Amino acid sequence: MINIRSLVKRYNGLTAVDGLTLDIGENEVFGLLGANGAGKTTTIHMLATLLKPTSGTATVNGFDIVAQPSKVRESIGIVFQAPSSDDMLTGYENLHIHSLLYSVPGNIRKKRIDEVLELVGLFDRRHDRVKTYSGGMRRRLEIARGLLHKPKVMFLDEPTLGLDPASRETMWKYVRRLVKEEKVTIILTTHYMEEADLLCDRIGVIDKGRIVALDTPANLKASLGGDIIRIKTHDKNAGEIARKFDFVQKAEFADGFLVLSVKDARRSLPALLQVIEAESAEFSSPTLNDVFIRLTGRNIKEEAEGGFMERFAKYD
Amino acid sequence: MIEAHLAKVYAIWLREFKVFLREKSRLVASTFTPILWLFVIGSGIGSAAGFDAGNVDYQTFIFPGIIAMSIIFTSVFYGSYIIWDRKFDFLKSVMVAPVSRGTVFVGKTLGGMTTSLAQAMILLAIGAAIGIPFTAVSVAQAVAVILLMSFGLTSLGLALGSYMYSLEGFQMMVSFVVFPLFFLSGALFPLDNLPSWLGALTTVDPATYGVSSLRGMMLGIGSADPLIDFGILVAYTAALGTFGILSFRRMKAV
Repeated sequence: MINIRSLVKRYNGLTAVDGLTLDIGENEVFGLLGANGAGKTTTIHMLATLLKPTSGTATVNGFDIVAQPSKVRESIGIVFQAPSSDDMLTGYENLHIHSLLYSVPGNIRKKRIDEVLELVGLFDRRHDRVKTYSGGMRRRLEIARGLLHKPKVMFLDEPTLGLDPASRETMWKYVRRLVKEEKVTIILTTHYMEEADLLCDRIGVIDKGRIVALDTPANLKASLGGDIIRIKTHDKNAGEIARKFDFVQKAEFADGFLVLSVKDARRSLPALLQVIEAESAEFSSPTLNDVFIRLTGRNIKEEAEGGFMERFAKYD
Repeated sequence: MIEAHLAKVYAIWLREFKVFLREKSRLVASTFTPILWLFVIGSGIGSAAGFDAGNVDYQTFIFPGIIAMSIIFTSVFYGSYIIWDRKFDFLKSVMVAPVSRGTVFVGKTLGGMTTSLAQAMILLAIGAAIGIPFTAVSVAQAVAVILLMSFGLTSLGLALGSYMYSLEGFQMMVSFVVFPLFFLSGALFPLDNLPSWLGALTTVDPATYGVSSLRGMMLGIGSADPLIDFGILVAYTAALGTFGILSFRRMKAV
């Protein structure tokens, strides 16, 4: 459904997307996971024909993003990071205007608008101005808008950015419903690990404009092999000490924690604590966050949260 | 094919029109300012200076100028509202739809013309109340001038707005575009006996020809030949429209 070949975007000497190559299949839910500035949104903007690539190419639904932009646009729906509906209009009016822009045939227009409103749970609020909607409702209205013309591909750029946890979960519910009822290929970008884990069939971890890992969430986690132990310690040599144990597969410091990959944490932790002076210790089965740390050496959450975009995008 | 395009133009216009109807404060404020000028400046200056231009009092003299003022402010501001549309991402949602830039441009200019015309109608009604001698012909002519002017100036606003990426640009537009267009148009004074530098500036102001056409048509004064003025206005409008659509085409989507 989407074939990306060596896609590059440079802005004033800065490389935002650096030779991206990727194939996304029909009806797949694909997650682009990365920190802010990793190149997720730039990639989406190029695929949606809003930005011209510096070099490389991509096809969406078989159409070239540079040569056939209007064919591409007819094939896609998109939800931007920040809500883009007109808040002086009602939800229904916003959808009505967009159904005209997308040439939804007159005889099915009203039916389709009602259908997508129903799908995102906004039918009862359709005649209220968007001004009165919560952040989560606005985001859902954008999804409805993106679906009006029955697109083959739906882009969701950080669909839950800035939403409170409850609205985030509601959003997930609707995204899953969308997958089931609309039969559409979804590409979503996110820096929330749980979100990627929960919704996506496959995940591409993107860092500095490049895909650094590409697999199903389960395989990505399994690639770490075994459990993760996190020990908070001031002991600079703790890494060295830990590596002496056979059961320690990998040991590295990240954000003041010594992070160890082990086969079975329950059995190895006591031995470790006898030789490492620990302030605290915890263990867990691997999460996507661990995968991310392993791949990039950084913690995605601390980079992303409290960032400018995050504060800017708080609507609730 | 044509129908689909018209439906898209209609969609853009419809959004603008609904917002216009709902933003009452904007309508009230932008209609109130010209009324204030008409009555306060019109009566104030009129009584202070021994004004004489073709046997009409000062308030009557500036009435066509005030109509032009309302069009200048409303149209240029309206066009430059594109900066806000971009700021709040509405523009992006339109740009990603299968709609050509030209279609968006036409929808937007129609929106600007609707707004300008609605405000001008209110002013025309006030004009009738203060004794401007309207005829069916002069009103029809005035409407034509109003639509032309607002098309040209909305295009100008859209063009300038398409080069600006911050809201601060808006203030620049007011100081360097809107006020000069207004003050140099001859809306407030006759152009006959101006110092040569000022006279020269008034001839390059497109609004001059709008004011002059309106004044000639409504009052029968202030214009050697309203038809020539109207012709120059048409040429200016075409030029501004071209500038607008070219700028709009090259505008970055994100």
